[in-house]
Amino acid sequence: MKHHLILKVITKFMVGVIVLFGLYVQFHGDYSPGGGFQAGVIIAAAFILYGIVMGLENVQKVMPIWFAQKAAAVGVLVYALTGVFSIIFGFEFLNYHAISPEHPKHGQHYGIILVELGVGITVTFVMIAIYYSFAGRTPRLDDKEW
Amino acid sequence: MASEIKQGTLELVNHLPILQVITPMLIAPILVVLNNKTLSWLLSFLGALACLAISILLIQAVSDGSILTYYLGGWVPPIGIEYRIDAANAILLFLISIISAIVLIFSYSSLHAEIPEEKHTLFYSCFLLCLTGLLGVVATADIFNVFVFLEISSLSTYVLVAQGAYLDRRALSASFNYLIMGTIGATFFVIGIGYIYMATGSLNMMDIAERVNQLSDNRTIQAGFAFIVVGMGLKLAMVPLHVWLPNAYTFAPTVVTCFLAATATKVALYVLIRFVFSVFNYEDNFVNELFFLLLMPLAVIAMIAASVIAIFKQNLKKLLAYSSLAQIGYMLLGLSLMNQKGLASSLVHMVNHGFTKAALFMSLGAFMLKTKNAYIKSLRGLGKSMPFTSAAFVIGGLSLIGVPGTAGFISKWLLLEAALETGYWLVAILIIASSLFAVIYIWKIIEVLYFSESSESYNEVSVLTLMPMWILALFCIFLGINTSLTVDVANMATEILFK
Repeated sequence: MKHHLILKVITKFMVGVIVLFGLYVQFHGDYSPGGGFQAGVIIAAAFILYGIVMGLENVQKVMPIWFAQKAAAVGVLVYALTGVFSIIFGFEFLNYHAISPEHPKHGQHYGIILVELGVGITVTFVMIAIYYSFAGRTPRLDDKEW
Repeated sequence: MASEIKQGTLELVNHLPILQVITPMLIAPILVVLNNKTLSWLLSFLGALACLAISILLIQAVSDGSILTYYLGGWVPPIGIEYRIDAANAILLFLISIISAIVLIFSYSSLHAEIPEEKHTLFYSCFLLCLTGLLGVVATADIFNVFVFLEISSLSTYVLVAQGAYLDRRALSASFNYLIMGTIGATFFVIGIGYIYMATGSLNMMDIAERVNQLSDNRTIQAGFAFIVVGMGLKLAMVPLHVWLPNAYTFAPTVVTCFLAATATKVALYVLIRFVFSVFNYEDNFVNELFFLLLMPLAVIAMIAASVIAIFKQNLKKLLAYSSLAQIGYMLLGLSLMNQKGLASSLVHMVNHGFTKAALFMSLGAFMLKTKNAYIKSLRGLGKSMPFTSAAFVIGGLSLIGVPGTAGFISKWLLLEAALETGYWLVAILIIASSLFAVIYIWKIIEVLYFSESSESYNEVSVLTLMPMWILALFCIFLGINTSLTVDVANMATEILFK
């Protein structure tokens, strides 16, 4: 597998940069364009790139299928539990004032970060899971049989 | 009545409208994380029971004609999303919750026959998401929120229908068909919402209703309404747009068919009702003409044509699916009469038909656990070897026909009354004709069950399988005798809708 050497080297370099940029979009989402969904897609793109260049087995060593599945569910839980947190402290569902009742503005800030984090986690792992389920399908015909 | 939430103190009673929707939504991801088959069933069942309890509390709260509102995130409408529970949606919340709980009892003993064990956790998770979507559509008063929840329920429904592929690969094409048609429906719906937003600048139902009144004969609003009627027509399987339904119901696992037949189409119809009465002006000429010239003929065609087709079907799941189309025709007819009695009959029939069709599909599912197929010839003589399942099927069948003393009678009687009062004699005759067709196809099954020699003998299904179907069958009788739950609440609902 010596061919595609350039691709492989560049991919290894790019994966880190893409994830970093994804995290920037995630946590800077409340000040600039971006947010959980965009960040999730960007981070997932890093894994998908790695999978395309290095092969499905290699990316699944880094990110097993079961982990992607469960993490996607955890993201939804983060979102929903943020809402339930508000209810438990006597506010409406998803009323971020509950997070910091003395400083409602801070509460709104933290709340949106938490919710976007949930969105980001879910989108990342759902994208990865979709990629896995398409890439993991065995082709009916081998390339040579065509 | 606005929700009075004292900030900083926990009073769950004030949060009932949102708890109704988020209970299944919270449990669904927990199931995936835990990934344990038995625990999944238990948690889903407990979640459905919690939903049922909440919906009963909500019905009690709104049965005096009051309206519960809930502001999500504390944002006051029209900016924020509002949940609004009145008698019309409380009764549907109750229907969806109770059917989901009963169907989950049935799934405990039947699911392993249809879906491989390792998929059960994901199945239950998907089921709960579908439940969340249906409950959300009904509870919300924000039209874009309706679309979002509609998509949550539809997307999970496509997955649930496709699970039938382990027994019959045709489930995949049925599900794909449904996906295409359902997505077109959702697209039309969201285009309609777009038009409304363009003309009124609001997404809150009450707010739009106020603004629409000032915009009479606005073409944008009319186009939006037309798009919404077609979109919902696809989702509720109005007759020329129904082609996805028979196959989806036939090839889906029994549990899914039961749940969908009893709830999904009714929720789409509810959305249509809600839009006609709470968003648009029902006295508007355009709305009235659309219903009189378009929906009423289509409803009548559905009643007759689907019943006739059902008579000739050999696959019983398909037969019941076509009969569902006919029953949707009744509900649509009640709505298109555009008067209080018609609408009340439509609402009552939603609930009554929900229980009836769930009972029929469930007892058919119990037969299928033994016979392994849904063809009418394999039911020969099962009336003797499976007496309890057969009896439940017969009760459901009687209720479907509309025999006095069963739930189906009440709603058909109301519909007949409404049609006669409005002066549509021909429609009334056709309602009776359609019921006679129902007698033919139900009798066809009863004859095979009780009056033909059995080729093979099977044992009766387990008590756990019998219990849910008998709960449904008893509901069919109970709702035919005691109408306080259905007719009174429906009358309350129509008064609110027609205010």
